[in-house]
Parts: sequence; structure tokens; C-alpha cells
Amino acid sequence: MAQSKDFHIIAETGIHARPATLLVQAASKFTSDVTLSYQGKDVNLKSIMGVMSLGVGQGADVTIKTDGEDEEAAIKAIAEAMETEGLAE
Amino acid sequence: MSNNFKGIAASNGIAIAKAYLLVDPDLSFNKTTITDVTAEQVRVDDALKAASADVEIIKSRAEKNLGADEAQVFEAHLMVLSDPEMSGAIKQKIADDKVNAEQAVKEVTDMYIGMFEAMTDNAYMQERAADIRDVTKRILSHLLNIALPNPALISDEVVLVAKDLTPSDTSQLDRKFVKGILTDLGGRTAHASIMARTLEIPAVVGTESATREVTAGVTVIVDGLTGNVIVDPDADTLAIYQQKAADYLAQRAEWALLKDQQSVSADGKNFVLGANIGSPKDMDAVLENGSEGVGLYRTEFLYMESDHLPTEDEQFEAYKAVVEKMAGKPVTVRTMDIGGDKNLSYWKLPEEENPFLGYRAIRISLDQTEIFRTQLRALLRASAYGNLWIMFPMIATLAEFRAAKSIYLEERAKLEKADVKIGDIKLGIMIEIPAAAVLADKFAKEVDFFSIGTNDLIGYTMAADRGNDKVAYLYQPYNPSILRLINTVISAAHNEGKFVAMCGEMAGDPIAVPILMGMGLDEFSMSAPSVLQTRSLMKKLSTADMKLLSEKALDAETNEEVIALVEAATK
Repeated sequence: MAQSKDFHIIAETGIHARPATLLVQAASKFTSDVTLSYQGKDVNLKSIMGVMSLGVGQGADVTIKTDGEDEEAAIKAIAEAMETEGLAE
Repeated sequence: MSNNFKGIAASNGIAIAKAYLLVDPDLSFNKTTITDVTAEQVRVDDALKAASADVEIIKSRAEKNLGADEAQVFEAHLMVLSDPEMSGAIKQKIADDKVNAEQAVKEVTDMYIGMFEAMTDNAYMQERAADIRDVTKRILSHLLNIALPNPALISDEVVLVAKDLTPSDTSQLDRKFVKGILTDLGGRTAHASIMARTLEIPAVVGTESATREVTAGVTVIVDGLTGNVIVDPDADTLAIYQQKAADYLAQRAEWALLKDQQSVSADGKNFVLGANIGSPKDMDAVLENGSEGVGLYRTEFLYMESDHLPTEDEQFEAYKAVVEKMAGKPVTVRTMDIGGDKNLSYWKLPEEENPFLGYRAIRISLDQTEIFRTQLRALLRASAYGNLWIMFPMIATLAEFRAAKSIYLEERAKLEKADVKIGDIKLGIMIEIPAAAVLADKFAKEVDFFSIGTNDLIGYTMAADRGNDKVAYLYQPYNPSILRLINTVISAAHNEGKFVAMCGEMAGDPIAVPILMGMGLDEFSMSAPSVLQTRSLMKKLSTADMKLLSEKALDAETNEEVIALVEAATK
């Protein structure tokens, strides 16, 4: 049973630069597949190029899905990273 | 076979060491058809691993030299190198198209570069394209087994030879190993030159041919005092330059004795010798060289080195750090001077035909007042921790100064109402536009001080860009026209009992200093390593004699005539 959670991006710079790096780092710690969806496009959240190619800006609504053995821990860790960095609510 | 040529002396001192060529090697290759897909995929993995290992070393060097913030770009490089989608796409291409690893790497990275570069409304993403290019070069260099020059990996004493040095190159220099800098391009105010002076590395720039004339590993003498370069010197020449290098170091030691002394002329008149800085990191050099103030704090670097508009608190911390380190000595902070050739990655200025005559500095601040107010609040708060002066750049009219001052007063009143402690701030302007220089008597009634920015003042007065080789001869700091403008400004300030400083290159120039002493300039602010040399020069000169010299210079006809007058008077 895959996990899924929606986020509203509040960071002024969107998911760029440092925030993107942190999210990719957080996702890469897990074996589950982690997907970031924005405007109907899905990318691998473990891929910095994929994440940056989406060009997620301030005010965007995105969905993160995790699928695999550690999917619950993964979605929790990513949600935490989003919050502590003031990226999303 | 010895070979000599000449460039522009950009940073004092003499370096003798083996040449290290920082030029891009040829990474071209042929597209081939392969049969062993797995072997080719292994080559990709190995190259990615080796490239990551390089970047780890560069990153730790950058962290050590520059701090964690500056090293972050290399964190991004590492993530690109370990990107599963990218390596997956490369391997897929090898399997599908049966092409060699080099070709697959190029096609996949070109696809990403194209995608990021297409985001023309997003300067940040466009810069990431440059990151991917950088990373691609590194992967290809490992696949092709061609060593990539890398300033961060230098571990012998060398003279660095390059076409030009970018900020990312200079950020990796270790002054323990890089003894000298030699470039094809650039002038005294190019980024590489400024960095070389800050790091006190002898440099000769603008040689046009250094990268062609010097081969890697050969001994080079770089004379940053005269601009002379000698490649593969004979024993006699080597001995002469070793003596010159020793003499220069001895002279520096003599200057060092002046560190805690006042700046005073032979006949007892005091001057203030300040230093120019771009960030709190420059403060070590300011204090080591016995500066009596910071005459110019260029705050635009706070904006340029960030990936977002610096917040009030980020700015406050930077300004506070500087005024605290100066412990009561004056710190003149120039508000943001963005535009011209200084751009921000995250905030695109409109394209202009003539950026130097366009939307820049105070013109932006008065238009984007929220950005300006944030900076002023940070400055007001920091003023409680020392002796802080504020100056506005690129003021052309009184209306601009009045508008900037009224915004300043509004922010000041708000903070006072909130009981925020504020220091005794002086408010002044840069004189760099001829219009303001000509009208200095009127400005002098309203400002607390002037600071003459000679680089732009000369450029705007002569209508010549010194970075343009074809017209660089018109950049004449000692032309009597320039001297008369400067004299007008100094007299206008003194008639109103106001303080007048200079913060351009001229303030530390041994030809200009005697004339400026004669005109009565109050503060001379320069790159920190020039302070002690200037203090030593001032000690030898009497202001009475220099007044006569300045009068003659103001009555001269040409730049050359003024140089001859100064040389005769200071012999």
C-alpha cells in the first residue's frame, strides 16, 4: 500500500537550490521508490535533475508518493524535511 | 630558451615558480559502436565514481578556504554525479544505441543542459546548466583519461597561468601553493586582479598571450610591480629576480612597522587611511594592514553571493560583524550597487542597451523601495555596535539624495518608535557622476560627507570603458580635467566644513596620492595591502610642497605632464 501526501509550497524560491538538495538527500536514504508529482508530471525524488526540471515555484501544489518496504518512514522523513526547511505546509 | 613579455601589473610582489596551466584540455572524442554493453556501462560507473572523488576533494578545500556556504555549489555537483535518473539514462542509451560511454554521456547531459537553458525566465536554472557542463567535463576527462586542470588540487608551489580567472576558480586558490597569477585577459580592476591583491599574490594580467607562450612546468617569473614576465630565465636573470623578491619582502617588513602608527605627513598633517572591503571575510586583511577605517564596504556582494535577496537579519549580521571588528573606527557602507556589470542570479534586471548608463545602484533602490528599506533597517540596527556611516551610490541629482534621505528618516523613525538602539550615523553620497561633482557645492550643504569613486568618475567623464582595449588609453586618472573635478569636490566639502574621502583606485595610487594630499583630501580608502605603502609615502611628503604640486597639476595640460610633475616633486 503506497503512501501519498500533498504539500503546498510556501518557500519564496520554490523547490530550488538548497531545498531541492535537502529533499533529494532525504529521499535517497530510503529503498522505497519516491515520486514527486506536479502539474501531472511525475519525477523520481532521488534525482536532483528530475526535481529541478519540474521548476516548482512558490504557491505550487505537489504530491509525494512513496512505495516500498520503508514507505511509511520515508514519507514521514520527507514531510519533516519540508517543514523544518519552511518549504511547505 | 628564455622569453620575455609584458602585461599589466595587477598585484604587487615577485613570484618565481613553475607554471601551472589552467586551460581547458581538448575533450573531443569519436562516436563509436560498441558490442560489450556491460563493459561500457562499467566505464560510466567508474568515471562517475572518480569524478565524485575529485569533487569531494574540491569541496573540502573550498570549505576550508571559504566556508560551508561557498562550498555548497560542489554539494550540488555531487548530487548530479550520483543522480540515479541521469546515470540510468546514460546506461540505457549505451544498451539501446550501442554507443560508447563518451557519446552516451554527452547526449544525456546535453539533453539536461538544453532543458535547463530553455528556462529563460529562470536565471537560477540557467546557472544550473553551467553546473552540469562543469560536471560533464569532469566525467569525460575520466572516460578519456585526460587530466583536468584543477586549482583546488594544486599541491606544489606554482604560478597559475590562465586566459582569465572566474570567481569559482579564485575561490579554490590556496595561497600556500599559488605564488603568482598570470593571465591573458583583464585589467587592474578585473575580478582576478582584485582577488590577487586581497590574497596578496603577485599578479600580471592582460598579457594577451601568456597561455600560448608558457608551457606547463617551466619556470616563470611574474613581476607584479612592473608587469614583466620572464619565461624559463637563465641563471643570472633568476639571481637578479630572487634579489628583487627579497628586497620587496624586506620593504614590506619595513612597512609593517607602520601598522599601528598614524598616517601623518612630513609636516605633521593627519590623514585617514581606510580600506575597501566586499564582505566581513576581508576584515583580517583590513586589521593586519593597520587601516584606520573602512572607507568603502561594497554591500552588493551580499546580494551577489546569495541565492535570494538577503534578509534584514542576514544583512544586519554582516554589517554588525564589520563595525564591531573596527571597534569604533568609522565604517562607510555603500548601499547596494547592483546593475552595470553586477547582476543577480535570482532577480533578473531588464536587458539594457547601456547598462552603465542605465538602471543601477540608487536608481534601483529608489524604484524598488522595499529592497532599499530592508537594507536601511539592517544598517540602522547595526549602527548601535560601532561607528557606521551610510553612503548612496550613483547620485546624480539633489532630488535623488533627498528622496533616499527621506526614506532613511522614515525607517529610522519607525525603529526609534520601537525603541531600537541606533548609533550616530553620518549620511553621505558617492561622487562618481560628473553632474554631482560639478554641483558639489550644493550637495555639500545637505550631506555629512562625500566619497569620491574615481573608477566610475573617470569612466563617465572621459566617456571611456577601460575594459575596452580600443579606448582604454582614454582612462586617464591624472588628466587635469579629472583633477579639477576632484579639486572642486574637495573644496566644496571643506567650504561647508564637511568630510571628503576617496574610495577608488586612485586613493592608493603613488602618483595620485601626493596631489590629493596637496588638495587636502581627508580620507584615502584603498585595497588593504596598499595601506602601509601609502602611509610610508605620506611620511616622506610635506603637505605644503604637495599643495604647490597640486596647483601645478591643476594647471597642466595632459596626463603625462602631471605624471612628470609628480615624479619631479617626490624624487
